[in-house]
Amino acid sequence: MSILFVLIPLIGSILVLSGVKVRLSALITSGATLFFAIGCLFCWKSDAWSMSLQVLETPNIQLALGFQDGISVAMLLLSSLVLFCAVFHGGAPEGKEKLWYSSSLLIGAGAIGAFLSTDLFFFYAFHELALIPTFLMIGMLGKGDRKEAAWKITIYLAFGSIVLLAGLLWLVQASGAETWLFSDILAGSIAPDAQKGIALLLIIGFGTLISLFPFHSWAAPAYAAAPTPVAMLHAGVLKKFGLYGLIRLYPTVTEGMQHWLVLLIVLLLGNILWVGFVTLNQKRLDSLLGNSSVMHMGYIFLALAALIDAGSAEANPIAIPAAVVLMFAHGISIAMLFSLTDHVHKRTGSLELSDLGGLAKAAPALAFFFGLAGMASIGLPGLANFSGEVLVFLSGFNAYEGGELGCVQVATILALWGVVISAVYMLRAFRKTFQGPAVPNSVDAKDLNFCEKIPALILAAALLVVGLYPNSLLNLLKGCGYSCKCPTQTEQADQ
Amino acid sequence: MENLAWLLLALPLLSAATIHLGLKRLQTVSALVSTAVAGVILAVTIILIGSETEDLAFSWASVPGLDLEIGLKLDSFAKNMMLVVTGVGFLVHLFSLAYMKDDSAKARYFGALSLFMFSMTGIVLASNFIMMFIFWELVGLSSYLLIGHWYEKDSAADAAKKAFLTNRIGDFGFMIGILMLWGITGALSFDGISEFFAATPEYSAFFVGTAVLCVFAGAMGKSAQAPLHVWLPDAMEGPTPVSALIHAATMVAAGVFMMARLSLSIGTETIEALWGVNTIAWIGGITSLLAALMATQQDDIKKILAYSTLSQLGYMVMAVGLLNPEAGMFHLFTHAWFKALLFLGSGAVIYACHHEQNIWKMGGLKGKMPITTITFFIGTLALCGFPLTAGFFSKEGILEAALHTNKALFSIAALVACLTTFYMFRLFFIAFLGKNRSKNADHAKEVGILMLIPLIVLTVMAVISGWNPIGEKLSPLHKAFILHLDSPAFYASIGSFIIGFLIAFKLYFNAESDPLADNGVAKVFRNKFYVDEFYAKLVGYAQDGVAAVIHFIDELVIGGLLVGGLSRAAGGVGRLFTRMQSGNLQGYAGLFALGVILVIYLTVFV
Repeated sequence: MSILFVLIPLIGSILVLSGVKVRLSALITSGATLFFAIGCLFCWKSDAWSMSLQVLETPNIQLALGFQDGISVAMLLLSSLVLFCAVFHGGAPEGKEKLWYSSSLLIGAGAIGAFLSTDLFFFYAFHELALIPTFLMIGMLGKGDRKEAAWKITIYLAFGSIVLLAGLLWLVQASGAETWLFSDILAGSIAPDAQKGIALLLIIGFGTLISLFPFHSWAAPAYAAAPTPVAMLHAGVLKKFGLYGLIRLYPTVTEGMQHWLVLLIVLLLGNILWVGFVTLNQKRLDSLLGNSSVMHMGYIFLALAALIDAGSAEANPIAIPAAVVLMFAHGISIAMLFSLTDHVHKRTGSLELSDLGGLAKAAPALAFFFGLAGMASIGLPGLANFSGEVLVFLSGFNAYEGGELGCVQVATILALWGVVISAVYMLRAFRKTFQGPAVPNSVDAKDLNFCEKIPALILAAALLVVGLYPNSLLNLLKGCGYSCKCPTQTEQADQ
Repeated sequence: MENLAWLLLALPLLSAATIHLGLKRLQTVSALVSTAVAGVILAVTIILIGSETEDLAFSWASVPGLDLEIGLKLDSFAKNMMLVVTGVGFLVHLFSLAYMKDDSAKARYFGALSLFMFSMTGIVLASNFIMMFIFWELVGLSSYLLIGHWYEKDSAADAAKKAFLTNRIGDFGFMIGILMLWGITGALSFDGISEFFAATPEYSAFFVGTAVLCVFAGAMGKSAQAPLHVWLPDAMEGPTPVSALIHAATMVAAGVFMMARLSLSIGTETIEALWGVNTIAWIGGITSLLAALMATQQDDIKKILAYSTLSQLGYMVMAVGLLNPEAGMFHLFTHAWFKALLFLGSGAVIYACHHEQNIWKMGGLKGKMPITTITFFIGTLALCGFPLTAGFFSKEGILEAALHTNKALFSIAALVACLTTFYMFRLFFIAFLGKNRSKNADHAKEVGILMLIPLIVLTVMAVISGWNPIGEKLSPLHKAFILHLDSPAFYASIGSFIIGFLIAFKLYFNAESDPLADNGVAKVFRNKFYVDEFYAKLVGYAQDGVAAVIHFIDELVIGGLLVGGLSRAAGGVGRLFTRMQSGNLQGYAGLFALGVILVIYLTVFV
């Protein structure tokens, strides 16, 4: 049944390509995906969602989809929310509607497929599938230095994917599993030496895809150049693939990960502090947001570091929910910011901070939503990101019992300074763009119209629900990561 | 009955939400809704004070092994503090109805005011540190919104940003402190923390002390203690009623409130044994002295009051640091009333003088605005600690506390008392007595009844709130006041009043311009010891400079060479990619598809 979530957007993109009422069919299919995703919040535990289809006998690869646990459901919800809003945001140039909408739907289908795969091969393949339209869109319909940005992201992500692939192949082989199913791989045990190697490949491979320092340089220019729906989908959804993968796979190589813990902590602090300072120095709104998105990945890595340090989800039960809530919150808030930035650009014709000013007077609704999303991204309580961040910080101190601070605690304290840094650049950007006396190109700007408000409203509602009452999302994650809930090969064969 | 307490949170939130979502176009309706809600929660608070209450809670965020709660701790400490918040809050709402009558964004103003009432209630009633932190940041947001109410002005927008960011620096420490305390005691709730320390298990006094100091950093931000004091004077860019409520009576006192709450939880004896508690008292003492010195040379009526607020907050922090939270909280209680009175009084003056804030352009308001003048005069007396006014009793408590524990701080406190009388009478002589010195002042006339009512109510409170029977019932913490006629504290208090008054009289009674204008020392005071300039340089070089350098290295080394080289050198596939460089993008995409096929090939045939 869960193949529906891949099929609906896929069918949508085929419809779009065949030219049937392009925007309408894109909206309907992405809307249907969102509708079913919300529906399955209430019944995801049913076995009816799991499915598998033998694709190859040797190696034993199956097209297996299903909800491994609440994390998959949360990621499905995030993907379908952002997908619908990205499609709704629209903005296709004349004559390019087919390419524009079909690639958005394809990216969505790929991302959802990856999050729902219970088979490692398709988990990887779906992500690759989603990357292709991403590159194409940036290269063909992007803004500014689109060719260079497309080239850069392609090189980086190809590098990351290849390293990841090597890690995954090694992992499957070392685990001695007979299939590529997550459940079988997680059941295997791996020799310590192999663990170290696999863990490093996973950190670098997944890390590059998540823009882990120092493999982050592709992200900001790519998001600045990308067409808005693609930036929303990649920064909001697709980038979470790597984090999702690490959460799923770390138990196989816990010891190996622990070997690299200090390295991981240094790199994540690179994201938070180094990239944080880089962000401070940005002169354009879009590259500022791109860099801020890189920076915030560091906080999710911090939860992972706390988890790895503890060794298991039982030992640090806060870390996984923290990471998932923050992934969800970051995805929603950054998608919202990219969407609104495009609206700013349409009104002012420029995103150079020095050309902007006083837009709030003429466009109060735009200022309100931008302020809300910006405040969310700097962790204001009451909005989703804070719920995630506070859990991340608590997970960092979970092992602390007074006395000397361990390295994860020191990292948490340093990471807390990042909260100050992000407030500085975000408030500066808001101050420069919306407040102060209006500059000429902002005086007569039109406010958001009804259609433009809809994606902002949906995303704002998501931020508020999770922010005001985090249990709404956390209840979904009860028991996540303790052990794999999905049926093993033999159980599946019985069905 | 008990669930009535939830209304304290629910109503203002509801009001803020409906005003923003629906009522924004109906400006006057919004204002009335917000004011009505403020009135209702004042009534609820009074009912709660009169009844027995139990704590309430629900689970907000729960993960295995940890349950973060939104809980209401309804002890008399919190309930009496609520009286200050809702009492001053309601009066400020009333005053605002008149003050903001002609503002084009009245609905936005009242919406933010409701949001503030919601957030401040959360701080006061919080049962645990995470909840307190949540609302702590939310009052920061409402303060940001209200300071920046006139955001088209650069100065207002900058002041709002500065307030938010300075507080964030304090909150950096606050969060570390919370996390450390959680690690040490295993509890986030105030009850849990006090249970831990009551059981006196093994703990490291060094780390507990560090945690307390970190938490105190949060209080330094919110209560604007040096060196994080710079945002409060700038915050006067907001509408004056906001300054009265948020930046004088309630929010800025939240730091003192939080430290008192923490002292109660940990227990005074335990805190005494920690290292660094003296630091707290000294930071309070130094802040009160520096701020009083700066206040002596300000010409903007609101700035004078702002520095005086800083100085009084320093008193309170000092009392808490001297392990006498009772004295600190009692001063917080009386100060809230008379400082709100002074700010609203200055608001009335500013309103009558067509938004003139410079005291040298006022003068002679005594004849034009008699009621405002009398109320302002009584407020001044209370702030200066004139016997029988509220300020006298609470200041006496702090002086006594300092006298018995720290002689140096006692002398500072006495000096500050003297300076306070000096700058307040300077303000009073220049603005209210003498001749009209501008057209605006000449045209001033007494404000309407809607503004006078809050002034009169506050005047009454400015006098009686210090009296024993009132303090006992309504002050969040209280020790009965006993006057020692032979105590040095009493002589210091009376002596400083007389000295301060005489100097102010000599220099400023009927003065046409500031006789100290050319004095070098006075110039340093007027320029706030150049702290703002220093910070501007610090941000410019240390933060933005470093950011520029890091950005440069990032682009050049990491972006250009290091990883670029890495990715190119990454094995055969990397080389394949470099060879493809001349191809088009569809080519790269095709290559990815090829990659997938390659995987299948590798796994099947190798």
